[in-house]
Amino acid sequence: MPGSIQSIERAAAILRLLERGSGRLALGEIASALGLAKGTVHGILRTLQDVGFVEQDQAGGRYQLPAGGPQARAKRMDPNLLRARAMNWSDSLAARSGEAVRIGIPSEGMVLVVHHVFRPDDTAQTSDFGTTLPLHATAWGKILLAWDNELSAAALTGTLPALTSRTIVKPTALTRTLADVRSQGWAIEIGEFMPGEAGLAAPLRLPGGSVVGAIGISGPADRLCANNTRPRQDLLVSVLEASRSVSRDLAVDR
Amino acid sequence: MQRYVMAIDQGTTSTRCILFDQRARLVSVAQREHRQWFPKPGWVEQDAVEIWRNIDRIVPQALRESGIAAEQVVALGIANQRETTVVWDRRTGAPVGRAIVWQDVRTERLVAELAERPGAEEIRDRCGLPLATYFAAPRLRWLLDTTPGLRARAERGDVLFGTMETWIIWNLTGGTDGGVHVTDVTNASRTLLMNVATLSWDKDLLAFFDIPALMLPEIRPSTGDYGVTRRVVAGIPIRAALGDQQAALFGQTCFSRGQTKCTYGTGSFLLMNTGNSAVRSTHGLLTTIGYQLAGEPAVYALEGSIAVTGSLVQWFRDNLGLIATAPEIETLAGTVEDNGGCYIVPAFSGLFAPRWRSDARGIIVGLTSYITKGHLARAVLEATAWQTREVLDAMNADLGVNAAAINVDGGMTSDNLLMQFIADVLDIPVNRPMISETVSLGAAYAAGLSAGYWPDLEGLRRNWHLAAQWLPSMDPAYREAEYDNWRRAAELSYGWARR
Repeated sequence: MPGSIQSIERAAAILRLLERGSGRLALGEIASALGLAKGTVHGILRTLQDVGFVEQDQAGGRYQLPAGGPQARAKRMDPNLLRARAMNWSDSLAARSGEAVRIGIPSEGMVLVVHHVFRPDDTAQTSDFGTTLPLHATAWGKILLAWDNELSAAALTGTLPALTSRTIVKPTALTRTLADVRSQGWAIEIGEFMPGEAGLAAPLRLPGGSVVGAIGISGPADRLCANNTRPRQDLLVSVLEASRSVSRDLAVDR
Repeated sequence: MQRYVMAIDQGTTSTRCILFDQRARLVSVAQREHRQWFPKPGWVEQDAVEIWRNIDRIVPQALRESGIAAEQVVALGIANQRETTVVWDRRTGAPVGRAIVWQDVRTERLVAELAERPGAEEIRDRCGLPLATYFAAPRLRWLLDTTPGLRARAERGDVLFGTMETWIIWNLTGGTDGGVHVTDVTNASRTLLMNVATLSWDKDLLAFFDIPALMLPEIRPSTGDYGVTRRVVAGIPIRAALGDQQAALFGQTCFSRGQTKCTYGTGSFLLMNTGNSAVRSTHGLLTTIGYQLAGEPAVYALEGSIAVTGSLVQWFRDNLGLIATAPEIETLAGTVEDNGGCYIVPAFSGLFAPRWRSDARGIIVGLTSYITKGHLARAVLEATAWQTREVLDAMNADLGVNAAAINVDGGMTSDNLLMQFIADVLDIPVNRPMISETVSLGAAYAAGLSAGYWPDLEGLRRNWHLAAQWLPSMDPAYREAEYDNWRRAAELSYGWARR
């Protein structure tokens, strides 16, 4: 068995200290409580801050644990910031794929559409911005469920309404599907939301890996799919590229 | 063999090289920033040699990273920061000093002096622009006055003047070894030296500013044969050059009279195509060349700029600290239903078109105990929309035709709340195209058109796809009441700065 990793031990000590204390601690207080150099503690705190486990108050620069825990912090990724970071990449995904692009985040047990790029074919289209989609029956929803235990636990204990004859309504089947999504890194939905239509999505991640949203395309199944279960390879590559590019930009200047 | 068009966008802070394919999709991007010098308050300088070296790096880089060979590039188009002034030695290729950037206001006193001289009142008629520090001629005159020996060298024809596209084309086509000394008509239209009707250097304006004609480049249409690159990467035909805002107008395919674009950045620039007539503004807008295709008459444009738009959001972020990132202004604004009666007039250094009040300073009005930071955020965004409305109203009045829609680009177009509010207060659709790189795209379009890569303007229009659209949905009575409130707020900002 390999030895323990010192920086993780120290990070854990800092988190315990913040949890026990009155809430907010200054850098010097943390350093002296743990008997460590200020520079060492500062480096660890910065990393913890980047991954959403620690917050710094704006006025005094004191450190504290985020309200609602690190998960809540990660999920609070500002949807407008997400759209601003994703706009160029979602435009180029629409141009490459020839399909409409949407970005979804979880909100009140649904997928909230926070960005919509029209299909580049000059037909009349209206924006879906601000509308919601079902979690269990869309590619975006499957992405959000696959990497969020709380969200999927709630979905699996509730009812899964059948929207078409192909909608996944059995919890065991959905559990299997989500495991597939996690192992392959993307999600597809064929005729499960609307007959003849399909969707293909991939996760948007913060540094550290937490999934804050999903980016994907949708359109007629015969345009998106190679067969009954697989997406067209070129479209899959484009969606995955877009998700990686946006995730990379989410790391910049948060 | 796949073929591509290359664009160089020589901007204020960076230079970019972008390759486009036939469907106007971005294939490769390379970018380098250059340094800015601020030697005195109000002075802004750049090193033209550094910019040239950057081009020497990014052009091969853009080709290398996409695996595209020079012979696959059918045409190069250049878009550039406008009004930035360079003077260099014809024999050595060395600039006589740093380039004086368009934001530089060192010529304030010179311009005030010139304004008192006979002939000053005719400037606007001849070139379509007011006498102001913003344009190139006063900078060139300042260099001639303050650089020892420069005037004599200019009169002998030993030194050359150019805006950035002129400097780049001269260098690309050989530099000291036979470089072509040319400017495009849109850039020339920003010097105060070109006659807006004849599209040639105006003898009276040259006399007024006392500029030796020998140092000026030849004025060319925006598209045509600008020569072939002999340096950096040899053998690429240069087929177009345009000022950056004009390139954006072209990239937005605003080819018909009345079509209008607005680029929302730190400040914002509206250009309206006015067809083949040079419309003289009675509202203080600029008359400029939109573009001129080789062998065709010029297409004119009216231009209005808004000094403070994105920079107001940055101020809200950095100076007030109420948001962590610029896009979060929308989140904060979304916490309230309306502005709560609060208005912000961002007259940080006066108000531009159509008000032209240099004595105005920024104000926040309508504060009550009810107002929250959400209301302030909304007032920040609304200020951008109302300023757009004022410029567009002036354009519509000058042209006598109302814009039917507005094409937008720039960073602030990711803000749905702002874009919807703009549609609401303009009462016309707001369209965002799928490619946000409209400056580079416009340069590529013009070059590709000239090389026959794209057949005609209609072919370019077919490449324009809507990425998003916002339709007006505001109650007309409410809109009028709010517009009236904005106007009252704007008037309250007058007279605060002491002259």
